[in-house]
Amino acid sequence: MNDQTKIDQDRAERTEKLQGMGCKRKRVEDIRFTQGKGSYVDDLKLPGMLFGDFVRSPHAHARIKSIDTSRAKALPGVIAVLTAADLKPLGLHYMPTLAGDVQAVLAEEKVLFQNQEVAFVIAEDRYIASDATELVDVEYEALPCIVDPFKSMLPDAPILREDIQDKMTGAHGPRKHPNHIFEWMIGDKEATDAVFANADVTIKEMLVDHRTHPSPLETCQSVASFDKVKGELTLWGTFQAPHVIRTVVSLISGLPEHKIHVIAPDIGGGFGNKVGAYAGYVCSVVGSIVLGVPVKWVEDRMENLSTTSFARDYHMTTELAATKEGKIQAMRVHVLADHGAFDACADPSKWPAGFMNICTGSYDIPVAHLAVDGVYTNKASGGVAYRCSFRVTEAVFAIERAVEVLAQKLGMDAAELRIKNFIKAEQFPYQSALGWEYDSGDYHTAMKKAMDTIGYKELREEQAKKREAFKRGETRELMGIGISFFTEIVGAGPAKNCDILGIAMFDSAEIRIHPTGSVIARMGTKSQGQGHETTYAQIIATEIGIPADDIMIEEGNTDTAPYGLGTYGSRSTPVAGAATAVAARKIKAKAQMIAAHMLEVHEGDLEWDVDRFRVKGLPEKFKTMKEIAWAAYNSPPPNMEPGLEAVNYYEPPNMTYPFGAYFCVMDIDVDTGVAKTRRFYALDDCGTRINPMIIEGQVHGGLTEAFACAMGQEIRYDEQGNVMGASFMDFFLPTAVETPNWETDHTVTPSPHHPIGAKGVGESPHVGGVPCFSNAVNDAYAFLGAGHIQMPHDAWRLWKVGEKLGLHASA
Amino acid sequence: MTKSHIELTINGKKVEALVEPRTLLIHFLREQQNLTGAHIGCDTGHCGACTVDMDDMSVKSCMTFAVQANGASITTIEGVANADGTLSALQEGFRMMHGLQCGFCTPGMILRAHRLLQENPTPTEDEIRHGISGNLCRCTGYVNIVKSIQYAAAKINGTPFQEAAE
Repeated sequence: MNDQTKIDQDRAERTEKLQGMGCKRKRVEDIRFTQGKGSYVDDLKLPGMLFGDFVRSPHAHARIKSIDTSRAKALPGVIAVLTAADLKPLGLHYMPTLAGDVQAVLAEEKVLFQNQEVAFVIAEDRYIASDATELVDVEYEALPCIVDPFKSMLPDAPILREDIQDKMTGAHGPRKHPNHIFEWMIGDKEATDAVFANADVTIKEMLVDHRTHPSPLETCQSVASFDKVKGELTLWGTFQAPHVIRTVVSLISGLPEHKIHVIAPDIGGGFGNKVGAYAGYVCSVVGSIVLGVPVKWVEDRMENLSTTSFARDYHMTTELAATKEGKIQAMRVHVLADHGAFDACADPSKWPAGFMNICTGSYDIPVAHLAVDGVYTNKASGGVAYRCSFRVTEAVFAIERAVEVLAQKLGMDAAELRIKNFIKAEQFPYQSALGWEYDSGDYHTAMKKAMDTIGYKELREEQAKKREAFKRGETRELMGIGISFFTEIVGAGPAKNCDILGIAMFDSAEIRIHPTGSVIARMGTKSQGQGHETTYAQIIATEIGIPADDIMIEEGNTDTAPYGLGTYGSRSTPVAGAATAVAARKIKAKAQMIAAHMLEVHEGDLEWDVDRFRVKGLPEKFKTMKEIAWAAYNSPPPNMEPGLEAVNYYEPPNMTYPFGAYFCVMDIDVDTGVAKTRRFYALDDCGTRINPMIIEGQVHGGLTEAFACAMGQEIRYDEQGNVMGASFMDFFLPTAVETPNWETDHTVTPSPHHPIGAKGVGESPHVGGVPCFSNAVNDAYAFLGAGHIQMPHDAWRLWKVGEKLGLHASA
Repeated sequence: MTKSHIELTINGKKVEALVEPRTLLIHFLREQQNLTGAHIGCDTGHCGACTVDMDDMSVKSCMTFAVQANGASITTIEGVANADGTLSALQEGFRMMHGLQCGFCTPGMILRAHRLLQENPTPTEDEIRHGISGNLCRCTGYVNIVKSIQYAAAKINGTPFQEAAE
């Protein structure tokens, strides 16, 4: 073995020991989770703790005539019953929403959706609390309700929000009707209209991204404990953004922020459900402040699905204009957004329709115009980003369905049409017609790799044969090929355009190296299953050469962690991951000065080598990070402060733009409407890959949630505003039996502005997956002249498509 | 409410307790026995996060009254590690194959897989998928849960486990 080989081998061994970026490090979290030792909110048990439960409205729209709590209060074990009358003197019967609206904590004069919170019973145990909810007598006068958002702004529509009916200017400008929330427009309308007026080919389709729900397996819950002597509140809860919750609690309760300790322990999945603030959190806090003992609130599944944070409900009139050769020239979209009874969307404050303006997708579309009207209806509020950045699933669904509709009209292959219109690699950074600067991408390479791997040409040939066989009556099966080439926008975001309640959407990391060379690091984000304790340690390990196993990551305790805006919109890696790298680099810079002092050389004479600084040209003269850490506390250079730690609050210069090419092959039994996914291939480009095992897991999970949304999951209301099927009996969550096998692949196009080039991945598979499934279904029926088929594509609805097309044998 | 006296074995230990007749087994385990590994995800028996092993059967403990466990032998996630405290083959399998993310369904999933492998020590992929279809997971998409169970089956049976190449 020659010397260089030896050096390389030694370096490789030391690198491997670090378990840094790029390796499939096994998860730290799993040690406790596999043994049932996770600590979730409902696991918390405090002395004297009471339980709260809600009395909820059976009506979608009704006036409250009276509330009588006397029978409930008389039940042994009931300690208190709160109503709006109790909260009003404290100014807490309404709370602010992230979208600039207010939301009732407990209904005062009217209820505006079924299952709205009317009273909060506090009792010695959860059974008694539940019993007592049935003893609160509420007299309602039912009112006509609005379920269809298209009827919201009719002249004779009942006015839903009497509390703001005189306020015709909302948080996002003028309101056109008492049930109107905002109109948001972007793009060049005149230029877009002009292109449409003269285009060779145009398409127009109403694309509905239906109402659904993130439904993490753990529901929303909180435990509030107020110490009357110290005047301090500790609040444990299912918070994706614990620091923001602390600020919100301070603002609405009047308690000073330093006397509020918010703790988000282990969280059983979030997917956007746990970003907002809910009535249950507020009532547990008020209950504890009033009673001086801890109060726990735990949502049941029915409450979760029917009250806290729906997603989607976007009705998107989508138009494309193109040349007859298939070059897209313009896009025009109008969205009617059903926000429910309160505008409680969890978007950055200046973005009432989130980042819907990413809807030009992966294509070089010269001009576009987008208008969004938000309206109130008698449904639960929310509009959260369900496993996606803000309204990005909606945007990608619009463009990826529209492109297919256009391809069909042009008689072109849908993949070919996409390739013809892709933004080219050399066009990055790319300015989109609706105002974004895409950081990096190589769409043609990704698409080619995906098409080659899936065998696209052969699949289309097989499909052509099957279609002929179907026409001849030889098969009752339809074959669909779904394509989706998505571009996401994640990592919110730059202070110039992203804030929540006025707080810029930075994120943070604080890293402390202990004298013995082990590390604790804390971030402003909060994992809900993404494996932050594993992956942030990998970033630090690579940056400063300390093994990941010697690095502890802590999140969720607002007393100890630096302020951050939390985990949603795939922002942890793009923002807090960047903060982690920058903080680690500050430490490394100081370590270099210490090493120079120890080795009695100039800093510039040192070079970094995996886990140590060594003297250039003298490889045997080095100091490891571990040695440097000790020196930082034991013998720092003169005039240098001891210790080795750093903090970084990272404000990203831009969003990141992950992308991917997805293909789905589906076989549908035309007589039963049962769709079987034969193959699903997902190629993701999330820039630099920190832990390929975790990335693959994120992609699997996101695809499964996309499969659910596209193929059956829905929150539906009847005409009286009764929420249909708010339990796992009816709400479709795929089991292991229905869930397809997922094939994953990748290309790597690093983000040029991110310190380690990473873009974020957790939500890409959901965003890209939903249109891919829907395109597969639509493609299967396209040759029969079905037109656009709305989601969700459950067997019953697909059977109805076959029925409408006259495909079923007459009885 | 009058309480009922129950005697049962939990993770090999004899337990005596007084419970209300309406107390659900999951609440008895979590709140009276401080065994918080099993979770509540749906309240309707669909999600399986509350799955425990009762007299050699997988039981959804949110659908079972504590009084029904009188005289029974129950194993929860807290009782499945090896006697020396190391992770059992299933626990190890879930970690090695990335069969969990948020961890909320994991205790129920592992208990269900434990019973599945007792019933069928060499399940096919299809048998595993059907065998765990009463347990929902929102994070993983099941592919890696299937692999985790295959890993454990191989380890228990002493046969080689080959992770599929990427």
